[in-house]
Amino acid sequence: MRKSLTFGVAAMALTITACGRKEPPATTLPPSTEVPADASGAAPGDVELTELPAMQADLVAKAGSDTVYFGTDEFLIDAQSKATLAAQAKWMLANPNVRASIEGHADERGTREYNMALGERRANAARDFLLSQGVPTSRLLVTSWGKERPVATGSDESAWAQNRRAVTVVVR
Amino acid sequence: MRKILASLLLVSAATATAQDSPENLPELVGGSVRSSQTIAVPAMPAAQGASEALGRQIAEVIASDLRSTGAFTPLGPNGIGGYSVAQATSPAYGEWRGAGAGALVSGYVEARPDGRITVACLLHDVTAGRQLASQGFTVAAADWRRAAHKCADTVYARLTGEGAFLDTRIVYVAETGPKTNRVKRIALMDSDGTNLRYLTAGKSTVTTPRFSPSGNQLVYTGTLARKPRVFVFDVATGAERLLVPGGAITFAPRFSPDGRQIVFSWAQGGNTDIFVVGANGGSPTRLTSAPGADTSPSFSPDGRRIVFESERSGTQQLYVMGADGAGQRRISFGGGRSASPAWSPKGNLIAFTRIGGGGFRIGVMDPSGGGERLLTNAWQDEGPSWAPNGQFVLFHRTQQGSGNGTLHAVPVTGGAPRRMPTPQGGSDPSWSPLNN
Repeated sequence: MRKSLTFGVAAMALTITACGRKEPPATTLPPSTEVPADASGAAPGDVELTELPAMQADLVAKAGSDTVYFGTDEFLIDAQSKATLAAQAKWMLANPNVRASIEGHADERGTREYNMALGERRANAARDFLLSQGVPTSRLLVTSWGKERPVATGSDESAWAQNRRAVTVVVR
Repeated sequence: MRKILASLLLVSAATATAQDSPENLPELVGGSVRSSQTIAVPAMPAAQGASEALGRQIAEVIASDLRSTGAFTPLGPNGIGGYSVAQATSPAYGEWRGAGAGALVSGYVEARPDGRITVACLLHDVTAGRQLASQGFTVAAADWRRAAHKCADTVYARLTGEGAFLDTRIVYVAETGPKTNRVKRIALMDSDGTNLRYLTAGKSTVTTPRFSPSGNQLVYTGTLARKPRVFVFDVATGAERLLVPGGAITFAPRFSPDGRQIVFSWAQGGNTDIFVVGANGGSPTRLTSAPGADTSPSFSPDGRRIVFESERSGTQQLYVMGADGAGQRRISFGGGRSASPAWSPKGNLIAFTRIGGGGFRIGVMDPSGGGERLLTNAWQDEGPSWAPNGQFVLFHRTQQGSGNGTLHAVPVTGGAPRRMPTPQGGSDPSWSPLNN
């Protein structure tokens, strides 16, 4: 007995490759609904941020660094980090018209989702210290890049140490 | 000649059925394949205006699918003879025995007046000289591969006793560019690597895409305003929306088995907890509140429990709770750290990433935490997901140094992982349910 199964499969863009030609190149959908910078009606926190490279350079020059570093699997703000963050706080207070996105990162030796959480924990710790130095909370955003944005490429202790960090990114 | 063949077949069929139970093929015991089953897959003949080349291509896809399961040694379609449409239902079993095949996939392709095609798919026990299964699949001409995958699924399911899994898709994150500036795009392909297309443009970081139970939607972690954000994405239209608006850092999303809810992680104030929310929107409900990272939640197939990862004990371990968050208890005690769990669609196993010894390995355990087995051994294998029949675990392997990722599937019964073909690097693969 023959059973027929009929599909209501949506038509696909490929042609029949009946003569053995290679598959056509992968098709790309038009860009998905990426939220534009001036999205009206978007909730607070859902509007794209604008980086300010000249201000970022000034922060680095005046505060010494826009980055603090962490031990393996840790989020402790050590003495060196406190000194750096204190200098960043002074800069933030001297430049009241910008905000900062405090961005936590992890090295590649953790699993993907755990590292997202660890990055947020690091960024939050750095943010807390900036708050303690008098920077208004409304000017500080917190985020995590997990292990997605390393700055050092090696699979060695030196690279991993450079990637375990929280970066203060100046934004509008 | 045909009369002699026919009478020979009758004789051998009679003796074969006397000796062999209808359910038993050589080398198959109790529905599970112990060693590889030889199976002839000749080019299918064309009927009613279909092209002969298509009949050969269909056989090639069937043979490739069956080989990929690890349970079959396909013969052909190259190097073996063909047959006529009439012989599809009455094969020359003696000839196939002579060719060394224990089983045979026959059929034909016909073109219908409305532009669709019908693929007849018949499975035969060559040794016993009898037909075991017969199905027809009618598809749009452009979807001929679906018919081939469904035929291979019919063969696989009938001979192994396991569920179908070949007529499926895989979603993953395609990666290009240097390690310090990776371009990540969500990519969708058939389970054999064909029909690849990209669903996002690569302008923002994307991770962990997963299918809805209907196969029509994805959840994934994208980026908005420099934060990780969960999006719900419609596969057919490309439309997407934020799961939790208002600047919430959300990631690690998964659908519930009934498709009505999405469970996910939310990071705030230095702590990450698990929440659940209606798939169509609404206020999220908190499920965990322990200090530290609670993440990677995965529903049991009956929707009643959730396995997740938590570091509340001091290290990453696996926990199980009710779908309402009740009764959270640790299940991983096998040593090292355990992360990124995924509950099998069969309910009998939880796949996970074992962290230790300087690397990551894929393992499985019972939902009670017992019976741990490690399935892989390389520098970094992580992020397991399941084929819909619960027989294969999909994961990505990261190369030390370059950080380049490749996708692999490993049989849950053990054995070497198989590389899934992608034209570029990839990570976070996830298997669709059976296509509709």
